[in-house]
Amino acid sequence: METLEQIKLRIESALPLTKLDILPNECPAGERSLVVDASRGLDVAKFLRDDAQLKLDYCSNVTGIDWPEAKIKTKVKKKVVVEGVEKEVEETIETLRSGHLEVVYHLYSMELKHGPIVLRMRTANRTDQTHLPSLTPVWRGAEFQEREIYDLYGVIFDGHPDLRRILMWDEFVGFPMRRDYVAPDDFEYEPTPHDEVLVEAKKHYPVEVKAEVKPEVKA
Amino acid sequence: MPPKSFEVKPKLDESGSSIGELLEISMGPHHPSTHGVFRMDVVLDGEKVVKLKPVCGYLHRNHEKIGENISYLASMPYTDRLDYFCSMTNNWAYALTIEKLAGLAVPERAEYIRVIMAELTRLQNHTSLIGFFVHDMGALGTPLMYAFREREKILDLFEEVSGARMMCNYMRFGGVRVDVNDEWLARTKQLVANYGRFLDEFETFLNENEILLARTQGVSPLTKEQAINASLTGPLLRAAGVNYDVRKVDKYGIYSRFDFKVPLGEHGDLYDRYMMRVLEMRESIKILNQALRDIPGGPVMDPKAKLRGFRPKPGEVYGRIESPKGELGFYIISDGGPNPYRYRVRPPSFINITILEDMCLGHRVADVIVILGSVDIVLGEVDR
Amino acid sequence: MLGEQIIKGMAVTARNFFGSYVSKERLTTVQYPEEHLAQKENTRQFPFLVYDGDDWEKGLRCVACQICEKECPPKCIYIVKSKDKKPDYKGQPQLYPATFDIDISVCMSCQICVEVCPFESIKMDTKFELSTADRFGGLLLTKDKLAKPNSYYQEMHPHDAADSDAVIAAEKAKAEAKAKAAAEAKVKADAEAKAKAAAAAAAAPIAAPAPTPPPAK
Repeated sequence: METLEQIKLRIESALPLTKLDILPNECPAGERSLVVDASRGLDVAKFLRDDAQLKLDYCSNVTGIDWPEAKIKTKVKKKVVVEGVEKEVEETIETLRSGHLEVVYHLYSMELKHGPIVLRMRTANRTDQTHLPSLTPVWRGAEFQEREIYDLYGVIFDGHPDLRRILMWDEFVGFPMRRDYVAPDDFEYEPTPHDEVLVEAKKHYPVEVKAEVKPEVKA
Repeated sequence: MPPKSFEVKPKLDESGSSIGELLEISMGPHHPSTHGVFRMDVVLDGEKVVKLKPVCGYLHRNHEKIGENISYLASMPYTDRLDYFCSMTNNWAYALTIEKLAGLAVPERAEYIRVIMAELTRLQNHTSLIGFFVHDMGALGTPLMYAFREREKILDLFEEVSGARMMCNYMRFGGVRVDVNDEWLARTKQLVANYGRFLDEFETFLNENEILLARTQGVSPLTKEQAINASLTGPLLRAAGVNYDVRKVDKYGIYSRFDFKVPLGEHGDLYDRYMMRVLEMRESIKILNQALRDIPGGPVMDPKAKLRGFRPKPGEVYGRIESPKGELGFYIISDGGPNPYRYRVRPPSFINITILEDMCLGHRVADVIVILGSVDIVLGEVDR
Repeated sequence: MLGEQIIKGMAVTARNFFGSYVSKERLTTVQYPEEHLAQKENTRQFPFLVYDGDDWEKGLRCVACQICEKECPPKCIYIVKSKDKKPDYKGQPQLYPATFDIDISVCMSCQICVEVCPFESIKMDTKFELSTADRFGGLLLTKDKLAKPNSYYQEMHPHDAADSDAVIAAEKAKAEAKAKAAAEAKVKADAEAKAKAAAAAAAAPIAAPAPTPPPAK
């Protein structure tokens, strides 16, 4: 299979006005990914599926990821000349990462038996601009997975044939997989030995049920 | 909101005038043949299905969120509970992904043990699936009992090694938890040798049974294109004639060393799906014979692997294996902390029901049960 | 002929049915409450705490390090450290758990606590008939219910117990050797100090008065 750089070049030449980035990956397996601008997502997906050299006809996995706003500390090694001697100094740079939701597609080719190509799309923010194009028209297999991401993360997939909640019930409010999701305060009384749960539970059930301790005679 | 159980809708012809009635019924969640708590909203025209919407989530516990809040090691026993029929393959998929992420090596003997466990899992999953499948068709009990009798023998072997019949929690990053002894291997050899005989009997029992043929042949055929586009995996995909088996494609573990074939169907109908399972079990027996013959001695854990305080470097990885139900994948993003930043499971049976509606359209309501049975879903995995 | 295969299938059923009277292969079930299957050695159900000797409070191996509490996937272990210390099997003063609860209605028998325990103090029991009428208190096992003697463990999992005993013995031997070495070193040091003092005492009158060291500032 071609390298990711070659694929990127070919997409950019085939689809003008498309901006792609390659996201590095430091882990030993090192699957890097293509970051696609949301507005061009559908075209890129169609290209990847129909291209004769790639034929990525199988969308294996669709993942939603929540990236809340955060300060990222990166360590950069810098060469500094101190008193005439060149020294390597580590410097910490703080950058602000704007919050966004991300959807990751793992694509394989069943015909040519290669892959994966990892495709990522990002929303503009986490609150009101959470629209992304649905790739279900290209790969039917993404249908339920996109519904799941809509359900748990709140990404709205434009062009999805049947965008409803799938795992939670229809009346549910909120997106449980977001990192700032707070579980509702609906504890039942359960005598788990844990402080937090017990304290929460006691608020709801004023009648105290004590765990009975029966001393047992040891043999 | 309680499900609408029965609703009568007018059936309209092209001009918009009523020519009869459509019946909307809710099949499940407590239906004995939905293999768990699973519901289908079905609209029927007489006995024919005109619309079907799967409704799941009754067993939802947000497995992925739990995974993000506990350490890498602590997720291992939770993976047992995904597809509770095949905890060994779930363990393997997760261990394989983390090994890819952290760059851990697996000792030779552990690789062989993993293959043996995975193929035994495939045997017991397919055996019991066939039992359920014919049970759904109305062969109440008898074949299922025979299947469970054999499955129990395999579960006994699992229990002896790992300590539990179903929730094995056996594999670790960089190997397996405990070694198997020679006596266990000898007994596994014995079981594998006898399994062929059981399959012969089972096949005589069912393969050409007229009722089974009438209920399965030509029902719910799938084309290659449909199957690929809907991301079907596992026996379902191969029944439609697509030669795609992750064991052959990725050659993960040591599968490149074994000589086995990937059985392929022709029509993608229910009978092909049934036969696919039978043939895969035959291939599994072949793999097991080779693995049990070749298993070397040695350690079963990578000495570099850490049990406590495991913190892989930042990065992301997608690992997948061929579980008995299809492609089981894990997608892990590490930010260098003790817990994964993102822990995603690609559940094969959840994705395999994506085109359940297309499979069922135009068929009788009694076939819906059998079609669902042939997909082989486990609700622990569908709902997570 | 239509139905031929069904008759063949019926023959299989008949073989299984009549076979179940004569063959153990075909009748694998037992009548449960009266009969039990033999337990496998590795079987695990719920954790318990091991103690050495006769007194469970004195002999408890647990030192309340709280690793199992932290690693437990469903978080069913609850430990409170003691304020004081008591000697462990090596004779070193160690903390002990003032409270050690396991909620077995939450426990999922995964054995991770056993694997991460560095002190061989928590192990898996094989008892499974633990049903109780009291859902709350009855399934919350406290320290006194969890403590089981080492002999019980040896009987239940002979191989694992032998390994665990070997680890403990090795640790003990190491600690003893260390203590011995320390004692010897102390004796030696004492002897040396004595000898030095004696030598100094002996030398003092002979030696010329040493120049007095400068006073410390």
